[in-house]
Amino acid sequence: MITARRWAAGLLGALIAVAGPGLLPAAAEETPAKEPPRVELVLDSSGSMRIADLDGRSRMAVAKQAFNDVVDAMPAEAHLGIRLLGSQHRFPGSTKAVGCKDTKLLFPVGVVDKVEAKTAIATLAPTGWTPIGLALRAAADDLGTGETTRRIVLITDGEDSCGLPDPCDVARELAARGTHLVIDTLGLTLDAKVRRQLTCIAEATGGTYTAIQNQAQLTERLQLLINRAVDTYAEAPLHVSGTAACATAPVLAPGVYTDREEIGEHRWYRVRLAPGQELRASVSLSLDRKLNRDYGVLLRATASGGRELVRGSDAGSGRTDVQSAGLRWSDGRSADDDDAEVRTVCLVVSNSFSAPPKVSTSPGMPLELTVDLVAASPDPGEPVLGRGWTLLLVLALAGLVAGLVTGWLARWRISLRRAN
Amino acid sequence: MRRTMLTLAAGAVLACAAPALADEDATVPDLEVRTGGPSFLSATVIEPGHRVKVTAMTGDYLYWSFAAAAGESHKVDVRIALPPSADRHGPMTWTLDVFDGLRRRQSCTAGAQTATAARDAAQVELGCTLRRIRTWADPWSYDPLPGTYYLRLSATGLPDRDLGLPVSTELDLSVREGEAHPAGARMEAPLSPPVNAGTTLAPDATAAPTTVDSAPKPEAKGEGWLARLTGRWTWTIVGGVLAALMGVLGYTLTRHPRRWFA
Repeated sequence: MITARRWAAGLLGALIAVAGPGLLPAAAEETPAKEPPRVELVLDSSGSMRIADLDGRSRMAVAKQAFNDVVDAMPAEAHLGIRLLGSQHRFPGSTKAVGCKDTKLLFPVGVVDKVEAKTAIATLAPTGWTPIGLALRAAADDLGTGETTRRIVLITDGEDSCGLPDPCDVARELAARGTHLVIDTLGLTLDAKVRRQLTCIAEATGGTYTAIQNQAQLTERLQLLINRAVDTYAEAPLHVSGTAACATAPVLAPGVYTDREEIGEHRWYRVRLAPGQELRASVSLSLDRKLNRDYGVLLRATASGGRELVRGSDAGSGRTDVQSAGLRWSDGRSADDDDAEVRTVCLVVSNSFSAPPKVSTSPGMPLELTVDLVAASPDPGEPVLGRGWTLLLVLALAGLVAGLVTGWLARWRISLRRAN
Repeated sequence: MRRTMLTLAAGAVLACAAPALADEDATVPDLEVRTGGPSFLSATVIEPGHRVKVTAMTGDYLYWSFAAAAGESHKVDVRIALPPSADRHGPMTWTLDVFDGLRRRQSCTAGAQTATAARDAAQVELGCTLRRIRTWADPWSYDPLPGTYYLRLSATGLPDRDLGLPVSTELDLSVREGEAHPAGARMEAPLSPPVNAGTTLAPDATAAPTTVDSAPKPEAKGEGWLARLTGRWTWTIVGGVLAALMGVLGYTLTRHPRRWFA
């Protein structure tokens, strides 16, 4: 018994010794050092923030307290930056040329020193102009480029007082850079113009708009947005550029991709399909600008010769964020088929959107494409055998009839034999 | 003879026990979910029995996802407490959209997916009972298959002035299990899309058929011994035995009628 146990221990030790060096690096590779989630708060520090209309306190005071609460509850892994706009020059009082370049980085994006952050927030005083467009551009630069999603939270009470660049165009331009930037906007006033501008910025980048009416709401919303950044930052898809024809289209492996597609444009992609594999693809087009009421998305899979294999489409109308379609297809060959040739399947995404005349159509709308290759599920066919009570009854009755017939035949034969 | 009758009765009892198991409600301990994701990729994963209570804004799009297995039929109920009517400027239309793992729109067999609340209404209720998940379907069909399902809740029609107001929503997801059709068929992989970033390949390369991460997948249910016992083979074999017994019975009826009818 003891010898057996020793044997087992020795064997286990040997196994660990052999497997150990092989296992450890593999485990290390699976969890590469991830970029931290990055958020930048852009706070309007213009003169109008002095107005006291939120629970009887000034907009600035409410924003300051919300910032303090948020800094306190900051998740340890998140990197936070704070940028101000209109904090240095007076409005009115300074020239537009100076006032409209007024944006200052209060904290560079990084791990937050809570005490330092709070002292800096306490010194804020509302003064100047509102160059939102410029501040957004600067904030995007602060966050840098990388593979993960970054978020800008814009807190403002007024529309851009500088005119150019138009903040909404800036937002669309930043989104089109392909750096996975989302801008959430918080409006501290219910003014119609402000709301229109902020919803436009949010929609252009896939963010959200909130009309803030009190302190608690601002704190809760800020916390939600920062938590959202922490939860979702890692899921950033790869940026590809679909082409105008299948022959030159990029070849995609399973995963998620982003691209941009203009109204009426067709974008082609290719997928290599081995025998016994099933292709699954889905596409979502984001409605990031004002469009006419009805729209549709079409995703088609074609053979490399252009023959259509299958299509998925969806249409809709009214307010929505994305319009999606999906398809699955396999060519019926099994994995152990003699014909082991890998075939190319082309995917083409098209849309039937239309925009009112003044809406700019370039850059295109964000497109999210998911490609998956899995084992094909062959047709199960009809079952070989029956089941159920009816079957039993039929079989039993058949047996009974067979028995009766056999029995009577036997009796008839015996009676015949006796008669003879 | 008595022995044969006993065997027969035993067989019948065994066969009866199986279908009784089919219809039952799955109960999962309650758990509160307080978020809804902003997109398909970052949808909040929920399970039947979770209590979902989310505060959001009127313009938000809220996404949840759940895993569904063959034979299940899900029911979603949503209650939305609307902002105070003093802040609102007109009727508000809310919509609950359901998508499968390939982001294909799914129909509901019952329930109002879209409802319009008048300006003075305090709340609006939406609901959807999904079709029963099938075990297999042609690649060309839109049948519901095992895999990830997405729910999207949004205000699809409202005055622009009413955007960004706070609402609180409650969502209940329940499941009813039943028999999965077609029997004996299965999908090799559930319709759970990958969520990791893709890679582009050289034109002549082939990708490995596996992906790292995916949206929630239904747990692969091992075929239980009871299920195997009530399959077609069992029914047919029991039927054959029954037929043989009945044959013997019929034969004895005719051979020795006096034992039965005297």
